[in-house]
Amino acid sequence: MRVKRLAPKPAQIETPAQVDLSLLDPLIKKYKGKKGSMIPLLQGTQEVFGYLPRAAFDKISKEAGLNLNDMYGVATFYAQFRLQPVGKHIVKVCHGTACHVQNATKITEALEDTLGVKDGETTEDRLFTLESVACLGCCSLAPVMMIGDETYGNLNGKGASRIVKEIRRSEQN
Amino acid sequence: MEKLKVTVDIGSSGIAAGAGKVNTKLKEIIEQDNLPVDLKQTSGIGMCYKEPLVEIKDADGTYLYGDMTPELIEDVLHSHLKLNVPLEKYVVHTANFDTDHNAFMNDQVRIALRHCGIIDPEIIEEYEQYEGYEAIKQILNNKVSPTDVIQTILDSGLRGRGGGGFPTGLKWKFAHNSKSDEKYVICNADEGDPGAFMDRSLLEGDPHAVLEGMIIGAYAMEATGGVIYCRAEYPLAIKRLNIAIEQAHKKGYLGKDIFGVKGFDFDIYVKEGAGAFVCGEETALIASIEGERGMPRKRPPFPAVRGLWDKPSNINNVETLANIPWIIKNGAEKYAAYGTEKSKGTKVFALAGKINRGGLVEVPMGISLEDVIYKLGGGIPDGKKLKAVQLGGPSGGCIPSHLMDTKVDYDSVTATGAIMGSGGLVVMDETTCMVDVARFFLDFTRKESCGKCTFCRVGTKRMLEILTRITEGDGKPEDIDNLLELGEEIKKNSLCGLGQTAPNPVLTTIRYFRDEYEAHINDKKCPAHHCKALLDYEIDAEKCTGCTVCAKACPTDAITGERKEVHVLDQEKCIRCGECYSKCNFDAILVS
Ligand SMILES: Cc1cc2nc3c(=O)[nH]c(=O)nc-3n(C[C@H](O)[C@H](O)[C@H](O)COP(=O)(O)O)c2cc1C
Ligand code: SF4
Ligand code: SF4
Ligand code: FES
Repeated sequence: MRVKRLAPKPAQIETPAQVDLSLLDPLIKKYKGKKGSMIPLLQGTQEVFGYLPRAAFDKISKEAGLNLNDMYGVATFYAQFRLQPVGKHIVKVCHGTACHVQNATKITEALEDTLGVKDGETTEDRLFTLESVACLGCCSLAPVMMIGDETYGNLNGKGASRIVKEIRRSEQN
Repeated sequence: MEKLKVTVDIGSSGIAAGAGKVNTKLKEIIEQDNLPVDLKQTSGIGMCYKEPLVEIKDADGTYLYGDMTPELIEDVLHSHLKLNVPLEKYVVHTANFDTDHNAFMNDQVRIALRHCGIIDPEIIEEYEQYEGYEAIKQILNNKVSPTDVIQTILDSGLRGRGGGGFPTGLKWKFAHNSKSDEKYVICNADEGDPGAFMDRSLLEGDPHAVLEGMIIGAYAMEATGGVIYCRAEYPLAIKRLNIAIEQAHKKGYLGKDIFGVKGFDFDIYVKEGAGAFVCGEETALIASIEGERGMPRKRPPFPAVRGLWDKPSNINNVETLANIPWIIKNGAEKYAAYGTEKSKGTKVFALAGKINRGGLVEVPMGISLEDVIYKLGGGIPDGKKLKAVQLGGPSGGCIPSHLMDTKVDYDSVTATGAIMGSGGLVVMDETTCMVDVARFFLDFTRKESCGKCTFCRVGTKRMLEILTRITEGDGKPEDIDNLLELGEEIKKNSLCGLGQTAPNPVLTTIRYFRDEYEAHINDKKCPAHHCKALLDYEIDAEKCTGCTVCAKACPTDAITGERKEVHVLDQEKCIRCGECYSKCNFDAILVS
């Protein structure tokens, strides 16, 4: 349930020099010519780079023989795929039903305030990306957010802000 | 002296609550002091509201401890080891004495969840210890024919637990009757309802039961391949499924000539979904496995005739499949003994929202909602009043408090305008605004619509606009009628279940809570005090200390006052943003 599916801004499309495309070779070798390989290829690419760089599309299209249009179609259909680089920490605020009923909106608002970005955006220092997700499966701890592997439950706006501020502080040291 | 058996629940909700740390601590102290303790792990006890959970079994009985921390668990362990008594204060379930929480476990009938919280899901032998893989072996040893297996499933009355409620046996029969050299059984583990976690808990707690269900399905339908389509957001479930598949391979339960039966070849792999709710729909799910955009297509042809790679395929939900081995092992009559005339067996629910005991429960069909919420769920927290229960997620509806005697079975729930759904049950109290709830679900379906049908794509957007307008205080008198009309049209003119059910949350809330809509539209009031734009803010002169925090926070300078003097709020300037309310440390801002 990611909210923003923004097209990449031209300025942010990196030149191939910045991404090491050779990292994709084993992946392409594994899936080339297999049926139904499109999604696993894109998932694998995202695992390598954290997002889907434009140059990776070109390379996969050429080497695995997939149609560029189809690839873009699939990449923009599924919420999982990102076309822009993300921050070091992805802050996933749960907006599942239980969390919504327990006022998850307040958490997102507080974090937007603290981080200075809107839902779905990345901070300028590339430290945080703020996201909304559907049920994280710990509804009895609602409202919940997840940063990395760590889950934080029974939150309020202040508490959530404090947590990201602490992470920011420890990153700066 | 007999060893203590200590079991930690490390499902993902347990881990979120800190079960990993408790587990590590236990390992440490047991090793350090060489304590006479057998430590093991399990997953899916279901008492999520008391996690982390640790079960201790001694010579006198079994005690489930809740809200454990690394510090507390040390005390608990020592109480058992040194004093030989349980630390009663923290016991949440036992057969040895009454606890406030016994009812949560005692009133359940656990069939699909039979192993959850008992076995270690990462060890195949533990599954086998509890009749695991015996159902399929029984079929093969006694040479039960595929049609007889299907007859047993038909007789059991099992209906699909993924939401549709279609008789599983019939579905299997259709797939069986489609002849083909290749055929697939697919497990739908996409669990898209944004307030539900039944399938995930089951996969994390008992992956082999799902595999065995699929193997039995493959035998009955003569399928050649299996796929589990699992949400990528469920990393732990995927990990445990892959472990289970590998173990089953090693034992010869998957692969070629499985269970030593010549020519019985069947394999399963896990396919990770990529985050689209509509991929829970059968034809979209198939398109997604094939690597395409997950857009539903017209049926017929049904997947049983033309499914994955254009071959006959059968799709079942996780919980449906987990029931299969039990039914084969225990017989159709025993399963059908639970439930009502048209809804047999049990159903797993994920209780969440404004309820004291949130978690996972499995109850016999036919139990009343009231019993689920009050007897098992322990009622509503903070002395608040129940307002409604949401069943079926974005495809379902809200059942109001006066209908709590509704029985949990397919027909009774459908009669209220909601649907049984896959098992998400979210409880709402008097502070929940029903217009906002409807808006929340519409916002979800609008984003998730695949865009193929105009009514679903544009209609949900229009409904969302109207609902948003109402919650922001700009509702128009004709809005309710427009919503009703749009809702009916979207239901009629959509291709797949997503569009056909998307208006349900709106239609049921209008049906039962029309007065709340009218209050928003006509009186510009939100009776639940939820919709920000409809609240009035005032300063309580008794409580205001003149700290100036609110005046600084106010974006429109609506609050003025000297330091240490009571502040004043100018209603003309106030834009009702709520900043002052959330900033005041003295509860001096009143909301009405
Ligand atoms: C939009 C939409 C979403 C669905 N999501 C799920 C889901 O997440 N899990 C599921 O098991 N079934 C889901 N279903 C129902 C499935 O299409 C299908 O009916 C079910 O998996 C069949 O299995 P069963 O007969 O065992 O219930 C969904 C249906 C629709 C229309
Ligand atoms: S009803 Fe909606 S989700 Fe279903 S096919 Fe049509 S547009 Fe897509
Ligand atoms: S609600 Fe917002 S605008 Fe109104 S007084 Fe408070 S801070 Fe100011
Ligand atoms: S709704 Fe947020 S964890 Fe389930």
